[in-house]
Amino acid sequence: MSPNLLISGGHILDPSQGIDKVADLLITKGKIAWLGDKGAAPSQSDLTTIDATGLVVCPGFVDLHCHLREPGFEDKETIATGTKAAAKGGFTTVCCMPNTNPPLDTQASIDYVKKTAEIKGAVQVLPIGCVTKGRQGKELTEMSELANAGVVGFSDDGDPVASSRIMSLAMDYSQALGLPIINHCEDKELSDGGSMNDGWVSARLGLKGIPKAAEEIIVARDLALAHLTGAKLHVAHVSTNSSVEIIRRAKEKGIAVTAEVTPHHLTLTEERIMGSQSEKHNQLTYDTNAKVNPPLRTEEDIAALIKGLKDGTIDAIATDHAPHTSVDKMCEFGLAAFGISGLETALACLMSLVHGGRLDLKTLISKLTFEPATIIGTRYGELGTLKPGCRADVTLFNPNKEWIVDSRDFASKGKNTPFDGCQFKGRVIATIVSGKVVYRDKPE
Amino acid sequence: MPERTLMSAEDIQRALVRVAHEIVERNKGAKDIVLVGMQTRGVPLSKRLATTIQSLEEIAIPVGSLDISLYRDDISSLHLKPVIHRTDIPTDVTNKQVVLVDDVFYTGRSIRAAMDALMDLGRPQSIQLAVLIDRGHRELPIRADYVGKNIPTSSNEEIKVYVKEVDGEDKVTILLPNKGATDESD
Amino acid sequence: MKAIEPNSSIATPETFPPPSVAVWQHSHVLDLDDFTQEEIELVLETADAMAEVLTREVKRVPTLRGKTVVTMFYEPSTRTRASFELAAKNLSADTVSLDASKSSIVKGESLIDSLRTIQALGADIIVMRHSQSGAPYLATQHVTCSLINAGDGWHAHPSQALLDLYTIRRHLGTLANLKVTIIGDIMHSRVARSNVWGMTTMGARVILCAPPTLLPRGLDSFIANCQLPNVSIETEIEPALKNADVVMPLRLQMERQQSGLLPSLREYIQLYQLTLERLSLAKPHVLVMHPGPINEGIEISPEVAHGAQSVIEEQVTNGVAIRMALLYLIAGGKNK
Repeated sequence: MSPNLLISGGHILDPSQGIDKVADLLITKGKIAWLGDKGAAPSQSDLTTIDATGLVVCPGFVDLHCHLREPGFEDKETIATGTKAAAKGGFTTVCCMPNTNPPLDTQASIDYVKKTAEIKGAVQVLPIGCVTKGRQGKELTEMSELANAGVVGFSDDGDPVASSRIMSLAMDYSQALGLPIINHCEDKELSDGGSMNDGWVSARLGLKGIPKAAEEIIVARDLALAHLTGAKLHVAHVSTNSSVEIIRRAKEKGIAVTAEVTPHHLTLTEERIMGSQSEKHNQLTYDTNAKVNPPLRTEEDIAALIKGLKDGTIDAIATDHAPHTSVDKMCEFGLAAFGISGLETALACLMSLVHGGRLDLKTLISKLTFEPATIIGTRYGELGTLKPGCRADVTLFNPNKEWIVDSRDFASKGKNTPFDGCQFKGRVIATIVSGKVVYRDKPE
Repeated sequence: MPERTLMSAEDIQRALVRVAHEIVERNKGAKDIVLVGMQTRGVPLSKRLATTIQSLEEIAIPVGSLDISLYRDDISSLHLKPVIHRTDIPTDVTNKQVVLVDDVFYTGRSIRAAMDALMDLGRPQSIQLAVLIDRGHRELPIRADYVGKNIPTSSNEEIKVYVKEVDGEDKVTILLPNKGATDESD
Repeated sequence: MKAIEPNSSIATPETFPPPSVAVWQHSHVLDLDDFTQEEIELVLETADAMAEVLTREVKRVPTLRGKTVVTMFYEPSTRTRASFELAAKNLSADTVSLDASKSSIVKGESLIDSLRTIQALGADIIVMRHSQSGAPYLATQHVTCSLINAGDGWHAHPSQALLDLYTIRRHLGTLANLKVTIIGDIMHSRVARSNVWGMTTMGARVILCAPPTLLPRGLDSFIANCQLPNVSIETEIEPALKNADVVMPLRLQMERQQSGLLPSLREYIQLYQLTLERLSLAKPHVLVMHPGPINEGIEISPEVAHGAQSVIEEQVTNGVAIRMALLYLIAGGKNK
């Protein structure tokens, strides 16, 4: 069906195999067929060649955490538009959160997402099922049935499982299924009514703060429960330095925990909500596009998160792509919806860390490919790798191409980005899913 | 822009003395006269007139100051001159002969505003107008009762009145536009 | 013949103040954090002229004839709203008032929609009160007319801070080096926040005194990051009051106790009520101010509220003059 592809002369970066060299990559029948020296590929009929000179060629990115909004909130995003945005961002697999309407708490709703994704999706969509029925935090979903239906994990994202008892039961159950519980760690009582980090900017702007402790308390609780139950725990969107520290110690103790961080928590601080460093009174003050949960924190937290990525405490970078309509965002800060439309800016924004010398490219790619793929496991085949025989999910990007973010160009319906107008260096050039080019950057 | 002196300190003094005499003559004395200087330079001029009239008539003349900012018809050009000075008139103007005092009489719009402002403060018997310079170019049907000096000008010239109390010296000058731009009449 | 002594007020050569150099740059008044000392001076001087109008029998000047001032209050308010409307009427503006606090308007798009509608109807100046911090910043992105923030959430209440400055200056002559103590619910107070900017810009020291649960957590780093060395925090009232020139207790909303921020009103009264005895710690000339409405017997004792040091009622009068000044400067200073 798809033609044979030769990606020629690119800088192949595949942390799963430790490959970091200029080479050629051959794709046949939708699978990786061969990887080797330039010009040495076995000859093929019906071959299309992509010149990847100057580009990084790596496994397609795997996003453990995004919101595709369908079913129920198709005005914010659909599986079609969300996966198109994913393709533009270099993601070949996205795991979608179950806070839809109805929520993904039954086999039928999981089937719906999978079917729709097969027909309309530009990239592979792997659903995450609810932990509790209706995301109410009261009764467990039929987790075994959901597992059979194909979920890659369980989460009540957005609404954490508040009850420690329910959480421990969920972990017991999921432990038997071998699937991770992904928790959005937030003590809702402590964060109630808050709309940004509890700190000097919230004090200045007169906004109610969300203390870092609201996250850390639940991270610590869930780690204790993971220790108790032996279940796999995946901590979603870690945002504070103490969370990193708690997870680091848990890993040292051998608790089965993994963790993710978002591009925005790695690059923006609470000061973005003021407009700019200690200044107010411009278009960006009280910018609801920077309102996100967990909230943007401080430079100190960013440093800890980067350190966590480097030392392996944090396994993955996930977008927490949360598209919203302009109605949800074009309102008073305290009333605006939380979330950032992040798929299409993820790589570019993360490359600013690489260009700024804060993170090396190899670690970055590992956190976008091999490591998140490991958390999902192999029930959908080996992902996040360029090993011959695996699905040919490949991303090509130019690490040095400069561009300016314009949310009007987003494929996502959600134009809610705090990066609008930012100049970035690093851009996805092509995204290949199962050997098929699903996205190609417009030539200049 | 070249600046040329039209009146010296002595010229100003002589003109003010003459105007003081005219005010007394016209009003058959100085009873019931209130002098109201228009901010900014009308205020010291009105005080000098009052001093002269007092020495002529041997009665105290109430002197007030009036800011017309709140009565202007061009509020949207305010950013050029935003400061309002206090209006301070020490006596009720009702049934008084009020003499408005200003430095330069030009379009008449300031005087229109000043009359409105005065009317809001009471009901004077009459309002008269004394100016140091009348430079013409009226845009409203208003005339001055007492004029220190008539100086015909073209509208692209600028008359500047300096008074000791504000500017440190007394003089009247004319700022001419760049050479050749106008034909000046004497 | 007796030589007449010239009236002394005429004879003394008067020194005229140098003309103020401040040029009004603001299209909107959202907070005082972007006001320079000169700009605040200009507002206060302008308010002086407006105060003179207020002493007249007919308190009306034609300055804003033909201009339309719309008050949009998304939160109940009596005094601020009445004050702005009187100010507008005193300047001969047409006023329209929109009580949005009772309507079903709650969220987002509706605020922008209402603003656009009001603008399309011909508003020149919108005076807005809103329960959400930052709402006026959203508003100014969607309208071209001028906007005055009449209080937004916990964030800012610039006209209140200006009238506080004006009242203090009228009594004590200057703000420079004064010790101003603000007591009470600092966390939820837009008055306190705007006063921090206004007072410090004018050279005063500000002491923020509150129980720890009513202080925003990031307050000390806010002070440090914004370089406000003249602001300090105090949790005990006695040291806060010592040698104060101005004391301003804030209204304590009853729901603070209900939501658990205070153990009891009784304890709050015991620890933080401004009483005559405590007031004696302040300087003899101390001014007692209050943004109103007062909870007598809670944050302030009746003897202090109505005592000799209280200028609370005068604040209300001065509020009209300050708001006239703001309307005048906004209407005239807009250079679009």
